[in-house]
Amino acid sequence: MAENPHSLDDFDRRTPDWYVDRLMQSLVFIGGFSAIVFILGIFLFVAKEGLGFVTTDFDPVEFFTTEYWAPSDEDAPEFGILALIAGTAAVTGLAMLVAIPFALGAAIYIGEFATGKTREFLKVLVELLAAIPSVVWGFIGLSIMNPLIIAVFDVPVGLNVLNAGIILGLMAAPIMTSIAEDALKAVPDRYREAAEAMGATRWQVIVKVVLPAAKNGLLGAVLLGVGRGFGETMAVLMATGHSVNLPTSVFDSVRALTATIAAELGETAVGSEHYGALFTIGIFLFLITFVINMTADLIVRGVRKG
Amino acid sequence: MFEATALNRRNDRTQALFRMLFLLMTLVLIVPVLIILTTLIVKGGPVLSVDFLFTSPTDGMTAGGIFPALFGTIWLVAVALLVSVPLGVAAAIYLSEYAPDNWMTRVINLAIINLAGVPSIVHALFGVGAFVIFFGFGTSILSASLTLAIMTLPVVIVASRESLQAVPHAFREACWNMGATRWQTIRKVVLPNAVSGILTGVILEVSRTTGETAPIMFTGAAFFLPFLPQSVFDQTMALSLHLFVVSTQVPGVPEALPYGVALVLIAMVLLMNSVSIAFRMYLRGKKKW
Repeated sequence: MAENPHSLDDFDRRTPDWYVDRLMQSLVFIGGFSAIVFILGIFLFVAKEGLGFVTTDFDPVEFFTTEYWAPSDEDAPEFGILALIAGTAAVTGLAMLVAIPFALGAAIYIGEFATGKTREFLKVLVELLAAIPSVVWGFIGLSIMNPLIIAVFDVPVGLNVLNAGIILGLMAAPIMTSIAEDALKAVPDRYREAAEAMGATRWQVIVKVVLPAAKNGLLGAVLLGVGRGFGETMAVLMATGHSVNLPTSVFDSVRALTATIAAELGETAVGSEHYGALFTIGIFLFLITFVINMTADLIVRGVRKG
Repeated sequence: MFEATALNRRNDRTQALFRMLFLLMTLVLIVPVLIILTTLIVKGGPVLSVDFLFTSPTDGMTAGGIFPALFGTIWLVAVALLVSVPLGVAAAIYLSEYAPDNWMTRVINLAIINLAGVPSIVHALFGVGAFVIFFGFGTSILSASLTLAIMTLPVVIVASRESLQAVPHAFREACWNMGATRWQTIRKVVLPNAVSGILTGVILEVSRTTGETAPIMFTGAAFFLPFLPQSVFDQTMALSLHLFVVSTQVPGVPEALPYGVALVLIAMVLLMNSVSIAFRMYLRGKKKW
């Protein structure tokens, strides 16, 4: 940041303006500091509500490794989230299989091949696609993809891993494309020029120079896409079929961690075991996305220093 | 003259091949979405009318319009903006103009990244734990808007910081050399040059807030209300949640109705994003430095 322009004047020029400046500095600092307060607040409040569940005969092994999720059973409620984790993993995994290659391909086309108006147009289009709300994607899964999958694959139900995976892939891809394209743009032009001066074709420049130089930024883009898919709620709630299930094929209906909270929080009593279990899933989601985001940031920052 | 060698020709072919391949990949991402959007327009278009926008749902939400949901969304967005814009712009000014390069600044930046990355449903849980229960605002517009404001704060911060940093450093130095304080420089020189960029960020935030569903489900948005909200302590209907409700929760909804709701929602969001993008391009074209 800039050096303080007042350093010499500080002792003799404490005019009202100086105090106003200090006051404003403190005020805008509150804005910056609020981000820290909020992220800590999110963790603390979600943890606080989940605490009751975690401290009364909570068995983490049972919680994470059994697949029976029957929280509203009056006699013997079961809280095992393995099937929910499997649901989230299956949907996110398939979505990334769809999104990663195509998003990186699109980023390379937009960043390295397309020129002028075409490039501007594609960039705007990608930005607009990234803005479609997740509940609309969920509705698309429900009303357009569902009958399509039933018709094409001749299966009884079209709300399944395949449906949610495609929806989530289409949803995550524009964001990944934008970030990946930024990473390609961050590679200095003189690298490309130097390679071209040596007689390299555009394609050789991309493979041998641009991609290696942008490697970390691209990896960061992929990670952010994974984080986004993992935390997506409305689209997976509406497109997965929402049945607790360890999936064995892409045509199985599953239920995701996020969707479980969204579907069940409304019907639980505050402070009940079920309520606490949902907040415990929330802590789990928070911690996972926290790790993903931190890793992505470290990787991206790694390039800038190098 | 140069004669194309076999190697040249092979390189040209490889290049053309990959160019096609990547163009194809780009189209695979874009074309299905365009087809989907067209379907939405074709199926939802006939439902749209002035009546649809300005009347209440009737017959157990299987007929009628979406006015209470539209009205509620405007409430939610407005209250959220009142919180997130001042905080977000302040944070951006701090980070761009005052923040020293120390661990505190680094932690603030990490906090912003994580605020943007935390799943929306976790924001919802936070809203329930903090605003609905702990602060006792109940399920109300206030609780829902605060949750939305915190969730979309990074959008304002990032866009504002970018437009502040786009103001050339020489402008600031010139002003400092005249004896102006940092704040005078920010107010008279930096902000006037950055304010339109900040505005595009705010429009993006409005668009994002409009579409969010999960954070408001348990903090203030209701499936159906027979009356409009009177104050920030009332619950409200919201357009995004209304789409979820009519497409999954209500039996016997005519097929076209949810398409109409989806179309209105997506039209609002895409319109705002287009305005923001157009505005940004206009500014870029006008820039004097």
